[in-house]
Amino acid sequence: MSEVRIAKLFKSYGNVEILKDINLTVEDGAFVVLVGPSGCGKSTLLRCIAGLEPITSGTMTIGGKQVNDLPPAKREIAMVFQSYALYPHMDVYGNMAFGLKFAKVPKADIDRRVNEAARILQLEPLLKRRPRELSGGQRQRVAIGRAIVRKPQVFLFDEPLSNLDAALRINTRVEIAKLHKMLKATITYVTHDQVEAMTLADKIVVMNKGRIEQTGKPLDLYYRPVNLFVAGFIGSPAMNFLVAAAKKRDTLDLGDGHELAVKLPAACKVGDKVTLGCRPEHMTFGGSGKLKLTGTVDIIERLGESGFAYVRLPSGQTIIAEVRGDPKHGNGDKVDVALDAAQLHFFNSDGMRIE
Amino acid sequence: MRKPASAIAVHGILGLYTALALFPILLVIMNSFKARNAIFGQPLSLPTPSTFSLIGYNKVFGDSSVVSYYVNSITVTGGTIFLTLLFGAMAAWALTEYKFRWNTLLALYLSIGIMVPIRLGSVSIIQLIVEMNLINTLTALILVYTAQNLPLSIFILSEFVAQIPKDLREAARCDGLSEYSIFFFIVLPLIRPAMATVAVFTMIPVWNDLWFPLLLAPTGGKQTITLGIQQFLGQYITDWNAVLSALSTAIIPVLILYVIFSRQLIRGLTSGAVK
Repeated sequence: MSEVRIAKLFKSYGNVEILKDINLTVEDGAFVVLVGPSGCGKSTLLRCIAGLEPITSGTMTIGGKQVNDLPPAKREIAMVFQSYALYPHMDVYGNMAFGLKFAKVPKADIDRRVNEAARILQLEPLLKRRPRELSGGQRQRVAIGRAIVRKPQVFLFDEPLSNLDAALRINTRVEIAKLHKMLKATITYVTHDQVEAMTLADKIVVMNKGRIEQTGKPLDLYYRPVNLFVAGFIGSPAMNFLVAAAKKRDTLDLGDGHELAVKLPAACKVGDKVTLGCRPEHMTFGGSGKLKLTGTVDIIERLGESGFAYVRLPSGQTIIAEVRGDPKHGNGDKVDVALDAAQLHFFNSDGMRIE
Repeated sequence: MRKPASAIAVHGILGLYTALALFPILLVIMNSFKARNAIFGQPLSLPTPSTFSLIGYNKVFGDSSVVSYYVNSITVTGGTIFLTLLFGAMAAWALTEYKFRWNTLLALYLSIGIMVPIRLGSVSIIQLIVEMNLINTLTALILVYTAQNLPLSIFILSEFVAQIPKDLREAARCDGLSEYSIFFFIVLPLIRPAMATVAVFTMIPVWNDLWFPLLLAPTGGKQTITLGIQQFLGQYITDWNAVLSALSTAIIPVLILYVIFSRQLIRGLTSGAVK
């Protein structure tokens, strides 16, 4: 079993708390993605798991063994760095074999493991090359190979795709997903790219300002974000938020002349301030129905099959609605945007979800 | 693009300087192959069949003490390079990688050594060496030269060590290397070009130095070649053949070392080992 359990973890540099009360379990064989804006502490958390940063308080176990004070090598982890961190003075084979040599693995065994990894990652023709003679994607594969040969309990990936160009990123993403299935490996993966998070993860951990905001399956986070931060972070373009007052049990007043007939959640009282959330893809540009907003078109981004319209409401706020096909509207036109009543999110004045 | 006229001017000036710098050396080498009369008669002409003579070289290599002077010089220079590079790189690694209490102060203290000429401390150095019973030993010279060269080498090597990406050291830590292994297997190979630079900086003044051999190891067969030649000059004041031949051969070892290091230097620069 190679489960990572983190309980009540705190990490501070001097007086600055970087990580606050982190509780997280990475189940055996799970692919867990830590995601959040830059500076949210996700990389620091990964480095704490790796043992590259000491933790201030709390406990951490890997495979049932407490690792708080163990150095990285004793934790049976392997890390893949954003910059790949290949040893420039060794060839591909040397890079992959290096750690094993120091672990005093028999030579024949090293040879077998490196060749196996090279076969899986299609690096066989490149074994004698130096890192500088490789392309970005190849270097990335070598870095992953170096992790595989160590047969770690847990793989740690620190934004591994950030240095690749867009096409290669998608390719490598698929490769990593396949690799996870094949090796049945336990993986913790840090990224700021939510597409990577959504596509790869069994479980996503959304972090902000050193705290875990929400942990859950990708679609749970998408359909039921627990607070405004997660709602705004997951999904692209971001969810639209409209501040409103609950006028009646079934009417929201946006304060700019719009009144929306929606059924408010039970926890919501008349007179409460409510933030209504609706994703661009759950809005119909130019649609009709009872639940609609009217505004003027600022600009339409056409991406082909679909696109996004920026619509300015009378309050001055701009909302983004998905556009399907090629709308006839131009900039400055008045337009109706219909909301999907089944896909509305409500948040209270503290920013927490209400149902 | 530079204008051709200014390019010619630059090359002209540099060429002139090169000729000026190389002329005395050329003169020494040329005259070392001439008979005594020819050295005085036609000092500026190349050796001709009638003036050619190897008498100087025969004398130098016939004198067994001269050979041991060479060995002394090579030992001192080699030992100094080795210790300077080893301790310099270790200190550079420690000062850049680890954060400890007196880090900055220590770095500053070490860099003071660059500014203060070691020769100012000659008297105390002699006292120290006498106290340590190291007078007339090569060890004394190696120790003093290492101390002399460490500050600058730490300064230069620190810059290069700092350029090694942090991820690389951390990857090595994840690979299970001890801090010493990281130093020897990751850091040292990557700063090889810088070490070649430092080796060249260190080697030439040490090889050519007359001051400390004169003070610390003037007798007892522990003279370096530069000092050895001087004594030679005193003994055979009129024997220019031997002096010039000894000087010419003294150039060779340091030239070989330079070629070795400079090749490293160029290879290092072109390979981009430190990303």
